[in-house]
Formats: sequence, C-alpha cells, structure tokens
Amino acid sequence: MKRMYAHTHEWAGLEEGKDVVVGISDYAQIALGDIVFVNLPTIGDPVTQGESFGDVESVKAVSDLISPVSGKVSAINDALLSAPELLNSDPLNTWVIKVEGSVDESLLMDEATYLALDKDH
Amino acid sequence: MEKKTPLYDTHVDLKATMVPFAGYLMPVQYPQGILFEHRSVREKAGLFDVSHMGELFLSGKDALRNLNALVSNDFTDLAIGKIRYGVLVRKDGTAVDDLLVYRLSEEDYWIVVNASNTDKDFEYFTNHLFGGAVIHNESDEWGQLALQGPHSEKILRKLTDQIPEAYYSFLPEVELNGMITLISRTGYTGEDGFEIYCKAEDTVRLWNLLLKVGEDDGLVPCGLGARDTLRLEAAMPLYGHELNDQTTPLEAGLKMFTKLDKKEFIAQEALSAPVLKRRIGLTLIDRGIAREHCPILFNGEVVGEVSSGTMSPTLGQAIAMGYIRADLFSETEFVIDVRGRLLKAQRTKMPFYKK
Repeated sequence: MKRMYAHTHEWAGLEEGKDVVVGISDYAQIALGDIVFVNLPTIGDPVTQGESFGDVESVKAVSDLISPVSGKVSAINDALLSAPELLNSDPLNTWVIKVEGSVDESLLMDEATYLALDKDH
Repeated sequence: MEKKTPLYDTHVDLKATMVPFAGYLMPVQYPQGILFEHRSVREKAGLFDVSHMGELFLSGKDALRNLNALVSNDFTDLAIGKIRYGVLVRKDGTAVDDLLVYRLSEEDYWIVVNASNTDKDFEYFTNHLFGGAVIHNESDEWGQLALQGPHSEKILRKLTDQIPEAYYSFLPEVELNGMITLISRTGYTGEDGFEIYCKAEDTVRLWNLLLKVGEDDGLVPCGLGARDTLRLEAAMPLYGHELNDQTTPLEAGLKMFTKLDKKEFIAQEALSAPVLKRRIGLTLIDRGIAREHCPILFNGEVVGEVSSGTMSPTLGQAIAMGYIRADLFSETEFVIDVRGRLLKAQRTKMPFYKK
C-alpha cells in the first residue's frame, strides 16, 4: 500500500483495485494529544477531498478530519468508538474510514515529502 | 508579550507544551500527556506550577470590615491560620473574581486571586477600600506550587513535620531545606493536597526538590490541561467560564459561600433578588463532548449555554457545566447542540467526582 499525505495531516492508503484507506499522521496524533473521542460518518455517506468527514477530539480540543479522497464511505473503523486512543498508539496502522472513490494525487504529498515538511510553520 | 513564571526554562527543559494563559506562558502538558497527569493526581501525586496566581496583602484595623463589605463570604469568625473561599463582588452582585482569604494575624489578610484578574482585583479593592485598610500587590514576590493527590502528605513529610492538618488551614513559616514557605492545605483538583508559596527566587529550587523527594511516590509534573480536567470533575468554578463579570455567586450555586446576613455588604440588595440563571452539571448520554459555548436546549428551545466541558478521564463519560434559565432548574434532561449534532444530556449532581 502506498501512503500519501494531506497538508491537514491525514493519510490516504492507496492500493490498485482496492478502496482508499484513510487515517491520521503521527504528527497529527502528537499535536492533538490524548485522543478521547472520534466522530465518524456512516457507511454510504459521500465524502469530498479537502472537506471534513468527521472529527477527533483530544482532551484539549476538537479537530476536523479532512478527507484526502472523494467518493462514498465503504467502511468505518468501529474499534475507534470504544478505543479512540488507538490513534495515539499506532496512527499509521489504525485506519479511520475506507472510501470507494478517487484521489487527486496532485493535492497530496508522498511520505518523504510529508515527513520533511516543517509542520510548525 | 506574555510574562514567564520563574519555572519557564524548567518547563521547556521538561519538554512541556507551552501556551499563553492569563498573560503568562504556561505548561499545558508534559510529554506523557494530560490523561497520564490526571490519573497520577487521582492515584498518586502531581506537581503544578501555579506561580501565575496573584497574591494581595490586605491589612489595617478595618481590613475585616472591608472583606465583609466586598467579598461574598463572612470572614468575621475566620480564625488566624485558617482560609476561606469567597467571591469578590460589585454592588450589582456580579463577580469581579473568586479568591481565597488567609487570615495571617488580627489585622492582616492574604488574598490569593486568579492570575488574569490580579490587576483588576487590586484596582477594585483600591477603589472601594474604606477606613483603616491598605492593600498591596505582592504577586511578583511569590512563587506558588500545588502538590496534589493522595500521596501529597507523605511526600511533604519527607521535608518537614510541619503539616497543616485541617483542610483550609495553613502554616505561615515552614522551612523546607532552608527555604521559607507558607503551606496551605488547599487545592483545585478534588484531592487532598497542598499549595506551597515561596519567594519567587526559590521557586525553581523548591520545584526540583519536591520532584526529587516525590519520585518514589509517583510524583510527576502536571500542566494546565490536567488542572482543568481535575477541577471540572470536582465541579470547581473557573473564572472566565463558570464565573465572569455578568454572573453572580448565587447564579453559580455558591450559596454556601455567600452570606447575606452580614453588615455593610455591598451586594446585599442585588443578591436578595431572585436569580435568572443557574449553574448545573450535565453528563452526556449520546456520544460526543460538549464544549464551552455549546447551546443547551429544552423542548427545542435554547435555554442556556455550556461553560466548560470535557471527557472525564476518571468517569470515562463526557461531562459539562453550564447555565440554564432558573425556572428550569428542577428539570433533569436537556439537549446540547454540539456543532450541529443534538446530543441528550442528563442533569448530574455536582461534583461529578468526589474522593
């Protein structure tokens, strides 16, 4: 699976012939702090690349989840409803939603570019 | 430009996330995070830098009369060595600040106030004092650390035998490794604990000393994030949220700390009138977290607003405090509008957590 990143710190997992997997970056979970709540869409909901599809809340604050893909939600990670802290402990292996649709890769970065980004400015 | 407490560099060395708060750059959390810090205080012990708090010194033969005139509580029978909570009010009953009054001697009182309000409080006192009473702002001379949690006394005993025994009592001159401190058995977490005042220049040494002797008992540095979740579980008001320039102590449910049967009280008439809004505690039934300013609805109508809300780390439930119209005070079920989602909430007796 190839992972591409958005400037808003979500990742899209791309694999030929499969639904796009969406998660948040390690930087995002560190910046958020302890995640205590995840608000997810329902299966079948439309999502648009660059627009909010849900939110995550840490103890401190709430942040929108921005979709790196356009299409229709095909699966949600139910485990996050009872264990949102999975996003802190293993963000790259914890998916949030899966989407049947398409990604405009020109709006995203590859892993090396994203990791090299100066995210505090 | 934000001020720094004497511990600023220490917090940075500890890799705290620093944020502007009440005019100071303060640690919101250390690397292990708010939940870890919160649990440490509930189960073991935590150390907070609260040096930003303000300290005012009120003295004179009419100091007591002035306190009773301007602060909601009655300080007439406050003994030397004891502390009492109250709300500094205007003639119309609204809160200038909430504060702790320490009786140092017959005519000397020490008043600990919120950092963001120190200048406002000092000016308010200065403009309203009468008779033989003077007030000084000593805030820059003092550092303050809060040692909180069930292991606090055990930790403090490693440094001294002089421990204030009763809740809301203090000892004015306790020597800790050569440093002169004032120690009070008070706090803002709902746990046993102490607030330790020292000379500003001793603050770093005292911080390091406490962390070192407390290490074996699980003492960890804690930031403003955990301070907020802890006080919220204990349903303690925070000025700027549950109290502000438009809210009276009676609306805030602080009747226990508001005495109307005393002489010369500035807000006696205003606070004798019926209240229009009331503070309540809520637990969310539907999934979600209500935050400050979320509208509270009853029968589809907006009847109030959330003043503070969080996911309670101890209870594992989303809790909130807020204000509703006074005529709905006996209702038990409300709806909170959380960014467009209407979530059911159950009226809950405060505090949410009691040790």
